[in-house]
Amino acid sequence: MGLEWERIQQGLGQASALLDRMFPPNFSRWELLLSGLAESLEIAIIASIAGIVLSLFFGLFSARNLMPNWVSIPMRGLIALCRTFHPVIIAILFVKSVGFGALAGILTLVVASIGFIAKLFAEAIEEISLKQVEAVRATGAGFVSVILFSVMPQVFARFIGFSTYQLDSNLRNSTMVGIVGAGGLGGTLFSAFQRFDYDFVAAILITIIAIIMVGEFLSNIVRRIFS
Amino acid sequence: MQTTAPNSLLSIRGLHKEYVAGNAILKGIDIDIAEQGIIAIIGPSGTGKSTLLRCINRLIDPTQGQILLEQEDLSQASGKQLRTLRRKIGMVFQEYNLVERLTVIENVLTGRLGYMSAWDAWRRKFSQEDINTAFQLLEAVGLAEHAKKRADSLSGGQRQRVGIARAVMQNPRLLLADEPTSSLDPKTAVEIMELLERFAEEKNMPALVNIHDVNLARRYAKRMIGMSNGVVIYDGAPEGITDDHLKQIYGGESWLV
Repeated sequence: MGLEWERIQQGLGQASALLDRMFPPNFSRWELLLSGLAESLEIAIIASIAGIVLSLFFGLFSARNLMPNWVSIPMRGLIALCRTFHPVIIAILFVKSVGFGALAGILTLVVASIGFIAKLFAEAIEEISLKQVEAVRATGAGFVSVILFSVMPQVFARFIGFSTYQLDSNLRNSTMVGIVGAGGLGGTLFSAFQRFDYDFVAAILITIIAIIMVGEFLSNIVRRIFS
Repeated sequence: MQTTAPNSLLSIRGLHKEYVAGNAILKGIDIDIAEQGIIAIIGPSGTGKSTLLRCINRLIDPTQGQILLEQEDLSQASGKQLRTLRRKIGMVFQEYNLVERLTVIENVLTGRLGYMSAWDAWRRKFSQEDINTAFQLLEAVGLAEHAKKRADSLSGGQRQRVGIARAVMQNPRLLLADEPTSSLDPKTAVEIMELLERFAEEKNMPALVNIHDVNLARRYAKRMIGMSNGVVIYDGAPEGITDDHLKQIYGGESWLV
């Protein structure tokens, strides 16, 4: 590998040079920063909403204690497929198939959301007490009503937990998908890197940190409301 | 096979159930029920009492035989017809089976789900009449002040009262109670039996109660059915049940002292 002390010293020197050029962060191109940020947020929020809604159904249909095998097995396969690839690879596939821009980013994060929420949601459903389900079924309630009144009350708080966690994760990943051309702040970050605008890079990184912290704070509030 | 008594509410004919092929739990049960009041089913654990009740409202599918509720065959029903028949049968469970994260009043209202569309259920749009009835029932079981509490905050006896209110909320023609008192202390058990008796009388319906406690059964039942090994050994007045019958039902006699 050629990893010698000299090489490490050289690397450390470069890192310190990089830090020197990053500070102070340069917010002078704030309009560019803001439009990238807005696009990232849009990607994250739209993808989260679509992903959460789809996961609700995917998770339900893949729960083995409620669904017959011919429904749950294909569904589980689909969810497993969503989890197979890292979001970067999915993003590249979508950029190649639907073109550059936010649409590819949204689709990427929808897939990632399904892979996470639907899987955990299905597992949560498989752990519920069937006694409660049996009792509601015995009243003559139809399938949908049974789900609404005996399954959902048992798993809804956990579903909200998974969803807010995924929203966090989508916020983070929405700043990444841009690097491969799928829209958002990542694109801005990538070109700043390539032009050695390290002070602007620092400004972007600080913005990302801020947005993640705000996201964390908001999802904590949501979790508290639903628990 | 006997013919069906024309005026009976529920008539069970030749009911068989095998969970595993060749290993029958119920071996040809014939029961006719026309009268109101508590009908106690006694018998040792594992003799199929629970299976019998669950076959009646088809939480379990019978292997063979007929279950006629008001002349409609439950054993063959499916889909909409099955749900409509289930509406007429309220069920009370040994472990209450309340939806724990819902409030007490919501649990009572689930008794109406069979009468509502999925869309109304989604919007939680219960009719004002149903809501009033639910509160009256909670009042009747003595839990009016707990209406807004979550079901899992109640004690066992209180939960069973909610379970009964939920069953009665269906406006059923028949109550099934599967060991409703087995998880409760003796005093609460008596209160639950009284409540079942009262609703059976008020609504003029039979209540089929699986029960372990022979004395409690004798005290409240108008009729007793003794089961052993998947067949009915005794079916008649509680006064008519002798120690010999009990020996036959439970086996042995040391417990009789």
